[in-house]
Amino acid sequence: MNNKNVIIIGGGPAGIEAAFNLANNDISVTLFEKESQPGGNVKNWAKLFPDFGDASVVRKELTDKLKHNNIKFLANTKIDNLKWENNNWVAITDKDEKHTADIALLATGFEVFDARRKEELGYGIYDNVITSVDFEEMYKTGKILTTEGKIPERIAFLNCVGSRDEKVGNHYCSRVCCITAVKQAIEFKELVPQAQAYCFYMDMRMAGQFYEELYRKSQEEFGVNYIRGRISEAAVTMDKRIQIKAEDTLSALPMKITVDILVLMVGIESSESTLKLSTDNNIVGPYGFAKSKSLFGKDNYSEKKGLFLAGTCKRPLTLPETIADGRSAAIEIINYLRLLDEELGI
Amino acid sequence: MKNWGFNISKPRAIDFDTADTSEYSKIIEKVPSAQRCLMCGACAATCSASNHIDFNFRNCHLKYRRGQFEGLAEEFDKCMLCGKCKLVCPRGVNTRAVIYNMRIFLNDLNYKNIE
Repeated sequence: MNNKNVIIIGGGPAGIEAAFNLANNDISVTLFEKESQPGGNVKNWAKLFPDFGDASVVRKELTDKLKHNNIKFLANTKIDNLKWENNNWVAITDKDEKHTADIALLATGFEVFDARRKEELGYGIYDNVITSVDFEEMYKTGKILTTEGKIPERIAFLNCVGSRDEKVGNHYCSRVCCITAVKQAIEFKELVPQAQAYCFYMDMRMAGQFYEELYRKSQEEFGVNYIRGRISEAAVTMDKRIQIKAEDTLSALPMKITVDILVLMVGIESSESTLKLSTDNNIVGPYGFAKSKSLFGKDNYSEKKGLFLAGTCKRPLTLPETIADGRSAAIEIINYLRLLDEELGI
Repeated sequence: MKNWGFNISKPRAIDFDTADTSEYSKIIEKVPSAQRCLMCGACAATCSASNHIDFNFRNCHLKYRRGQFEGLAEEFDKCMLCGKCKLVCPRGVNTRAVIYNMRIFLNDLNYKNIE
């Protein structure tokens, strides 16, 4: 397998973890990242659920792995085309450079839902309507403030923005937003204990280890208020606060509340590169995610020979799942190359 | 002026900007476990009273949380304090103590006499 090489598209957690494990097995890897820095969406996060781990530490652990001698990391390099040509995978960059390899691994990840598409929620219209990603950015500064520089007395989190919503074409659950809302509500209450935090939800989906415990803790120790109901609209008041309308479904009554900041928990969508490259190679699945060969046995395989998949280009995943999937893809590629060698009698 | 028989109806919506949630804080002080309530309704499902008469503790708890005290005192009179609800609560809420304290506070508030 010594002379084999792999191209990996996407320098996020899945791509890096796969690259490192392949490199450790004497396989040459070329890793393409469209942005200037590796780390993908982890770059946007301050602390991680469910243990409030420092995202920058996790990111450093990941990016340190790129120092491996068998890895060639190319930043600021977007892959415009990926195709099977003369028994090789060929990746063509935005600078028209051609890279060929025996194997290609798609690790092009996700993008968060563009909240402006839910116009009724006022993102991009009212200053104090922000997304969960904006919240993280603000949290990195150590302060959560309104655009007027005021410490909020009330904050509301709204789940399922861009998820479980036929109106935006996404029937699926993004899986990570519920627990992120719990995490951010706690972070907010730690910063501003006297303030009120409200979390609007359709279902609280706490399907991960220690998620339910964190949810319980947020109620018990931080007094976060959970209201079952989807916010139908947000409007701005004279003093730049946000007035929200929802149904308190558990008491079957309409309700309204004015908050200083409304945080929209944006869902996970297929990234532009995921959509483009999987469509070009005819492996696109529902909602523009890349489709694996089989969910159980061949989840890192695509229907295309020698084209593998890792991480959130397939579906919404948590960070630990994404890293594990990168590792899993590396193992599958190694097994595949070994079989190929046997067939060729090497 | 001629009375046409119309009047202005009270808004049905819960207005969180004016709702009195301070009373609920007092309950939490007495019974901290109340904060953990998920509104699953196990208490109301097992309730001996609910199975025979129109009484729903889950709903009453929520109304109290939202500061909607009207008619609550009469509702809580239907509870026999048997404590079955406490046995089934998945979050370990001391439901019996919640009702007991709500009764006392409602009595103090004199909400019974409010029309």
